[in-house]
Amino acid sequence: MEFISQHPVLVAAVVKIAVLLFIVMTALAYLTWLERKAIAHIQSRWGPYNVGAHGLLQPLADGIKFLFKEDVTPPAADKLAYILAPFLALSLGLSAIALIPFGPPSRVFPNGQQMFSVVDLNIGLLLLFAITSMGVYGVALAGWSSNSKYPLLGGLRSSAQMISYEVSLTISVVGVVLLAGTLNFNELIGAQSGYFHLMRVIPRWFIFPQIVGFLCYLTSAIAETNRVPFDLPEAETELVAGFHTEYSAFKFAMFFMAEYANMITVSCLATVLFLGGWLSPFPDTGIWHYQNYLPGAGLLALAVYCAWNTVSEMRGIARLQLGVVTLLAGGGGLICLYPPIAAAIQGPFWFTTKILAILFFYIWMRATLPRFRYDQLMSFGWKFVLPVSLANLVITALMILVWPHVRHG
Amino acid sequence: MIPIFMFIVCAALAVAGAVALIWAREPIHSALALVLVMIALAVLYLLLGAPFISAVQIIVYAGAVMVLFVFVIMLLNAGVEERTNFSKLAIPGALLGLGLLVEIAYWLARSAVGKALANGANAPSTEVSTRDLSEMLFRQYLFPFEATSILILIAVLGAFVLARKDS
Repeated sequence: MEFISQHPVLVAAVVKIAVLLFIVMTALAYLTWLERKAIAHIQSRWGPYNVGAHGLLQPLADGIKFLFKEDVTPPAADKLAYILAPFLALSLGLSAIALIPFGPPSRVFPNGQQMFSVVDLNIGLLLLFAITSMGVYGVALAGWSSNSKYPLLGGLRSSAQMISYEVSLTISVVGVVLLAGTLNFNELIGAQSGYFHLMRVIPRWFIFPQIVGFLCYLTSAIAETNRVPFDLPEAETELVAGFHTEYSAFKFAMFFMAEYANMITVSCLATVLFLGGWLSPFPDTGIWHYQNYLPGAGLLALAVYCAWNTVSEMRGIARLQLGVVTLLAGGGGLICLYPPIAAAIQGPFWFTTKILAILFFYIWMRATLPRFRYDQLMSFGWKFVLPVSLANLVITALMILVWPHVRHG
Repeated sequence: MIPIFMFIVCAALAVAGAVALIWAREPIHSALALVLVMIALAVLYLLLGAPFISAVQIIVYAGAVMVLFVFVIMLLNAGVEERTNFSKLAIPGALLGLGLLVEIAYWLARSAVGKALANGANAPSTEVSTRDLSEMLFRQYLFPFEATSILILIAVLGAFVLARKDS
């Protein structure tokens, strides 16, 4: 007890990290469900349907399957690096998310701790890049330590790709840092509040002055997280499964989770830097005040849809499962309509909506685009994305030098 | 109490990493040990109130330089090192290391920080912001900074010339 009263910041951080970890792990599991469902519907299929209503229990079943599968370690593998690699990949992927503020810093608990962010650092952006820049080790070590030809090729490809695109990823966001004049996430978001003078309808998000930077960031981010159309490291037709060919059971699941955690991290960063973070796209005056009820109304609409679907289509156990979902969504929706709670969850609501939009874009790309060839990937990164992001940086710097009032904040 | 605890843990990790770097026979293990040293040093910088340097230490050394080391070791598929019994250079090396250590201790004891520490004062714990750092870098130390960038440019061009294929 004495320790808890002496270190309030430390204890609060640990509790917040535990809650965040729970939310992120659940989100990871259901992101796989969302991806399978969305791709299936884009390709005119049903996707997971049998394990739980609409396949809602599929992530749980997959998790249990991974836990109970045989965990094979190849005898020729380098034991230390082979075991270290998935741990590095997953822990780095998850710890980066702890730096993101999910709501305004003005929302605090009675003891003065911020509600929606674990830490509020002055070098938040730099530290996030520090953590994500270490992510290459997981992939490189996995490829090397397996001591087998396909993982080695996959690991080499993957490391080269991640090193190449990390350069343009970092340079593409410097324009935003120049405009905001800070590396603190909350200040970066705060600099995006308000509206452009022209029509007073377009929010002052950095995506508008930095659209080139945003496109470069998005391209590099997809390559950095090894996703389609840049998923060369695991090109099935050439490399079996790339760097994680020799991994089985839960170690494979850890790489899988790390990939989705990285997707969430880069989506969070895109939201913070270009899409105004937890800011609402609407003004908060007059009739716009009713936007506070959007999350509640959305959940209630979901509940109504689920109820209709339960009654009209579900039979047996699935009817019970979807009924539970209906009750949860309905209850959650009613709680979110209570005015103080509706006002408090505005920040996380908009943040989550924006992240989901970017994640859906990711999934959409995967369902639509074919894979690049390796030389195309490299020349695209070095000869197109990098020069464009450098030019964007130089032009932004020149604009700020000539017209200092273009700076936000 | 927590800073002291963190210092002891990270200093021990740094020393352990440095020993493992020399001891390991597998080049990749040596590289990983060096990464451990870099990260432990970054935490020590953080404890000294230099968060910017700390983050840059990880980005540049652990995230870029060492990644390239690991990448090249993988690419060349370097084998396990052979262990020799005793090197003739070990004795002069040990003497040189000892001499450097004495020199550092001597100059540290004579410096202002060392004297303040000897008198029982705490080490300066003001946090240097990124803004302060960049103002110093681009005003007071502008010339050395630009000179370094030209040096790096020359190095890049040199690497370019060396790697170029003869046509």
